[in-house]
Amino acid sequence: MSDVIIVEDLSKLYRLGMVGTRTISEDLNRLWARVRGRENPYLKIGETNNRSVKGSSEYVWALKDINFKVKDGQRFGIIGKNGAGKSTLLKILSRVASPTKGTVKVKGRVASLLEVGTGFHPELTGRDNIFLNGAILGMTQPEIKSKFDSIVDFSGVERYIDTPVKRYSSGMYVRLAFAVAAHLEPEILIVDEVLAVGDSEFQKKCLGKMQDVSEKEGRTVIFVSHNLQAIKNLCQETLIINNGEIFASGQTEETLRVYGELMREVKIDDKTDINNSINRRGKGAVRFSSINVLDTDGNKRFSFDIGDTIRFKISYKIFKQVKGLTISIALLSGLSRECLTLVHYEITKFKLEAGASGEIEIDFFDINIKPGEYPLYFELTDAQMDGNNKDVIDDLTAPLVIKRGNNNANSDFSPGKPAGFFATSSRMVVNEIQYNEILSKAL
Amino acid sequence: MSKLSTESEWTLEIKPVTGWFNFHLKDIWRYRDLLFMFVRRDFVAVYKQTILGPFWFFLQPILTTITFTIVFGNIAKIPTDGIPPILFYMSGIVCWSYFSDCLTRTSSTFVANANIFGKVYFPRLITPLSNIISLLMKFSIQMLLLVCFLIYYKLNGSGVNPNITILLTPFLILLMAGLGLGFGIIVSSLTTKYRDLTFLVGFGVQLLMYATPVIYPLSALPDKYKWIVLANPMTSIIDTFRYAFLGAGTFSPENLIYSTVFMVITLAIGIVIFNRVEKTFMDTV
Repeated sequence: MSDVIIVEDLSKLYRLGMVGTRTISEDLNRLWARVRGRENPYLKIGETNNRSVKGSSEYVWALKDINFKVKDGQRFGIIGKNGAGKSTLLKILSRVASPTKGTVKVKGRVASLLEVGTGFHPELTGRDNIFLNGAILGMTQPEIKSKFDSIVDFSGVERYIDTPVKRYSSGMYVRLAFAVAAHLEPEILIVDEVLAVGDSEFQKKCLGKMQDVSEKEGRTVIFVSHNLQAIKNLCQETLIINNGEIFASGQTEETLRVYGELMREVKIDDKTDINNSINRRGKGAVRFSSINVLDTDGNKRFSFDIGDTIRFKISYKIFKQVKGLTISIALLSGLSRECLTLVHYEITKFKLEAGASGEIEIDFFDINIKPGEYPLYFELTDAQMDGNNKDVIDDLTAPLVIKRGNNNANSDFSPGKPAGFFATSSRMVVNEIQYNEILSKAL
Repeated sequence: MSKLSTESEWTLEIKPVTGWFNFHLKDIWRYRDLLFMFVRRDFVAVYKQTILGPFWFFLQPILTTITFTIVFGNIAKIPTDGIPPILFYMSGIVCWSYFSDCLTRTSSTFVANANIFGKVYFPRLITPLSNIISLLMKFSIQMLLLVCFLIYYKLNGSGVNPNITILLTPFLILLMAGLGLGFGIIVSSLTTKYRDLTFLVGFGVQLLMYATPVIYPLSALPDKYKWIVLANPMTSIIDTFRYAFLGAGTFSPENLIYSTVFMVITLAIGIVIFNRVEKTFMDTV
């Protein structure tokens, strides 16, 4: 397989605030630099793109030195937090915006679907809009005509095809729009988060179509989504963009794991926002000051093999006098968030004054949970379990990832379909079987 | 594997914007179907949910003509070179409104279409071109109306003399379209940065109409001001148009050549600027 897209040192600079009204003096400075053959002076002061931190410069690198390659026929995923630069990257790939530096080389026709229904005119009928939208996406009239029936069929809105689209429900609108896009036949299809609308049946249909496009017709698909499950099912390789730079790339499964850690990269200390009622609850009398998940060698890790020992190294601080102190650590199920297992220890029975602090280590030996992702739950309370003297960290850290590893002793019979969470030691003895006559003849 | 592939194999290279002259004229040809679809959309969508529908195409010039006849003809008593005022004003209005519609419509290309332009690539020049063509349909319908009036007056024996210069009409239309498009895309390119121009355009077009012989004949002008009106490239176009259809006014090839040169230069500047802005405007609009 050869490369169909090569992105080299791609960077994009944006100016914040007063976009588009550069001052005349800046324009002149830029011109002067160009006359002397120097680089644009304003390019140097760009900062990395991090939306939550207030920067000092007005210029920001929305993308900085992005390098990657996409192979022919590959389904390539791009993920990242809001504002990480995904859309900017897609805009450059689809020629809507120009890069500030770097190049993108593309082999073959590109069609991009940054939004479904671009250019749909509300007053026109579904039929007219199929032709209009198709033309906007780069199809020719005969091409659309030949695919018209199949488009209508795929969209499932045949009954309304001669109704103006302003009368459509938003779901129908998206269905029709995606149906047109799905019938594009470019060598490279770029798709941005378009599955957000539409019911689950249609989402499945879309994902299936994209898979078909790549597998049966050998086209390349670049897919951006926040739906990690969709990425997991569809893409072979995935790229994570964070703050305008590449954070990780490679095999989807591995990259998604890294992404999970990135998303929860929250520093837990005694100053972490306590009012966040979802992930951290408490009134501030006792507080976790750090939580580390380690292996027995003391390395930070969130991913373990079956049979490993997990060490939780936890330090705490007391802000108001409490009587006694206890700690609980629980593993939750990823989907239903039920508590699968909980350990509870008493750290001390005695009174602790404000300003006291301490550190504990708790080991989970020889972990024997089926492979999967398990969110973690930590709770610090006094001996009376008084709700006022409590600090809870609920799924704020990266989830614990358990992998099969080399220990196959407890392997289950159908991989990928975990039934339950624990590998229970058990055995079966067949005492007696009575086959009926017909069956025994057949045997 | 990629090392084996040579540079020429890449169908597209996306680079930072440099240079002013790399046009994608081939792309425009490839997207000609889109041009057609846009024209169709404009035509179908404009009068949807109106009671009179396409009849508005007729109503607009008729009402304006009546107003002009009353205000400028009957009240202000501006001469019309001996032509029935209705014909005089209507011919001026039909031409002028084509030019001014072209200009104002194309001048909002980037701002009005930022939504589409931000999501999908196609040669941006398609949009103003489609405007010009769909306005041409409106113009043709109004021309038809003018011709009907012309025949009516001719049969009634008024002094109107259509002559052979009528054959210049397609060329005149081309000139008007070119001028409207040229000015329009220059303005639209500049409005991506300086929104003030949007306000200036509506006002400027109105003022420009008074510097064009729409409501008065060239002959009624004092010599003092004539040069101002003659410097306006629209003057000779409208004047020639009236001469061809009504047989009044003047026909001066030199002035027409001046308008042609003016149009070519404006359009060329417009296309160069537009082409440059279409690549960067997403960051500024």
